[in-house]
Amino acid sequence: MSTTMSPPDPSLVEGLDEPLQALDPDGVRHEHELLDPHLTDVDETVLTDLFIDMSIVRRIDEEAVALQRQGELGLWPPLLGQEAAQIGMVRVLDDQDFLFTSYREHALAWCRGVRAEEMLSVWRGTTYSGWDPFERHMATPQIIIGAQTLHAAGYAMATRFAGGGEIAVACFGDGAMSQGDTNEAMVFAAAFGAPVLFFCQNNQYAISEPVSVQTPVPIALRPTGFGIPALRVDGNDVLAVRAATKIAAAHLRAGKGPMFIEAVTYRMGPHTTSDDPKRYRDEAEVEHWAGRCPLVRLGKHLEGIGAPMDSIRAEAKIRADEVARSLRAAITTMAPPPPQALFDHVYTTEDAGLQAQRRQWEQFEASLEPEAS
Amino acid sequence: MSTMTMTAALNAALRDELSADESVVLIGEDIGTLGGVFRVTDALQADFGPQRVIDAPLAEAGIIGTAVGMAYRGLRPVCEIQFDGFVYPGFDQLVAQVAKLHYRTRGRVRMPLTVRIPYGGGIGAVEHHSESPEAYFAHTAGLRVVTAASPQEAYQTLRAAIASDDPVIFFEPKGKYWTKGEVDRAATADLTTAATVLKGTDATLVAYGPMVATALDAAIAASDEGISLEVIDLRSISPIDRHTVASSVRRTGRLIVTHEAAGTASVASEVITGVIEDCFEHLEAAPERVTGYDTPYPPAALEEVFLPDLDRILDAVDRTLGRRNSRSHAPTEVEVSA
Repeated sequence: MSTTMSPPDPSLVEGLDEPLQALDPDGVRHEHELLDPHLTDVDETVLTDLFIDMSIVRRIDEEAVALQRQGELGLWPPLLGQEAAQIGMVRVLDDQDFLFTSYREHALAWCRGVRAEEMLSVWRGTTYSGWDPFERHMATPQIIIGAQTLHAAGYAMATRFAGGGEIAVACFGDGAMSQGDTNEAMVFAAAFGAPVLFFCQNNQYAISEPVSVQTPVPIALRPTGFGIPALRVDGNDVLAVRAATKIAAAHLRAGKGPMFIEAVTYRMGPHTTSDDPKRYRDEAEVEHWAGRCPLVRLGKHLEGIGAPMDSIRAEAKIRADEVARSLRAAITTMAPPPPQALFDHVYTTEDAGLQAQRRQWEQFEASLEPEAS
Repeated sequence: MSTMTMTAALNAALRDELSADESVVLIGEDIGTLGGVFRVTDALQADFGPQRVIDAPLAEAGIIGTAVGMAYRGLRPVCEIQFDGFVYPGFDQLVAQVAKLHYRTRGRVRMPLTVRIPYGGGIGAVEHHSESPEAYFAHTAGLRVVTAASPQEAYQTLRAAIASDDPVIFFEPKGKYWTKGEVDRAATADLTTAATVLKGTDATLVAYGPMVATALDAAIAASDEGISLEVIDLRSISPIDRHTVASSVRRTGRLIVTHEAAGTASVASEVITGVIEDCFEHLEAAPERVTGYDTPYPPAALEEVFLPDLDRILDAVDRTLGRRNSRSHAPTEVEVSA
């Protein structure tokens, strides 16, 4: 076994000075040498579909916040502002590509066919798992920060060993960059050339801590220390994210090992409905990012290319309202699981001890029922 | 049948599972070319290739966490943690992910992982190389926790662990790695039952893993004094086979539990609680724990003080039988206050 090492390669990362961008905040498309070859399929139809996707998930998000305020959900982590990052990425993946995500990736779930009420059932507290991971090729949301990155790396290792063609995607935020699991996942992925896309949504905050607490250098620089090429893109530019993901996916599918995308975005809302971001960030900053809203940007671009925005907005509204209406109806009538479900699925086969506890509970419950008169 | 050491029996179990099931993969530190620091995986990488016997980067959370991802993709990973005291960096992945994924996903995602951990002391090792952390895992719903006392048990229990669709923590008594015994590779095991390894009538002595041999020695020594001990090898630490233990105590009326791990909030605590709940009225005396003390595992020069041994077990037998010759018969609280 040789002990040769690759020298550090500064060309491993693109976008360090300025995040890669195809659409500026006013929705004006600029030529980009790296991105443009991967955007040749983008036409008015593609842009319209992306706009409608983003409109619907924003509406789901708004409805979820309202449902939480009305006591129908225990908690909700809004994705407001991160629609372009998520939809730009997932819409160019294959259905077989497996997603291992954090808990704010509602747009990914939506694009994988998960119904809104299935997403919200977790936050209503009726289940830990709103959908079948194998049906959607998407693991259910991970709450331990960064833990899912290792699952993605292991999945991709198994894919590589099996000669499979699909890729795994690890989705996480800037806070997860400090977790050992995330860094170990990059070590493993690099060591085994695993086809995993590390997709970091840098939304600038881990609850209250600005990204500077996690790292003094741009996030996208760090994977290069693991030998993993990285792209730093404007995460509020759905086309930049789309192109970057295509570049990364092609790299992965060619067997060239893992890649990393840092999507620079902004969490426009609170960390969760329990959070009060006024305590740790000022209005000017929020205003600045409001001017970079990904949905507004895409709308302006569509207008700029002469798309019929009145009818596009009308269609988006009709579809989003219908999703929200159906979501509200499903959530407000969603029954809790039967109490004995507490005991289900601890193991694939239930042992005597747990069976005894189940029976004890059943007998106790039965004893509380009023006697027939 | 052939005679082999426990390491050879474990190696045979891994080899037979790798051969029988293509989804079985091994991952751990130094398990490939080196064959593991204890040689349990000797020659397996050469025979099955580096994609089925994987030399992992030096990161325990990474080993367990990537194994989770492999299990998602249909593999049946067997992780090696090099030493007991090295498992803690992987603790989150074990208790928050591996243990909970089946429950979290309402049975849709199975985690058929096995995590092999050499454990226990008495080998003169440096810090973090002699611990018995089984109680941490026994406390976690969703994990099975097993151990083995002999080459035969090691072989059949490891095979059963790998074949299980539930995650199994398999504790290997490293102090017994070089003991030899007959191994029948056709024998099978379950993962939930204890074994009565010696019948007796005067007291029930429960042990597992490295303490089973000591317990049997104690039973021989006790028999010289006319005391008949029944020795139970727990084998499964989670779940605990309460039926076998209680059935024995109903006959003997007395219970001693021994293990190397510290006694507070331990497997012994749980075994004794089970007996009190199941057959309190059959107890003739207070149950006894003979365990490591509630200290960190000490430097090697002190491990004989820490570890339960034959004399401490016999002393507990004397106590539970009310024999006056108990050397440690310390004054009780009542006597002190009187």
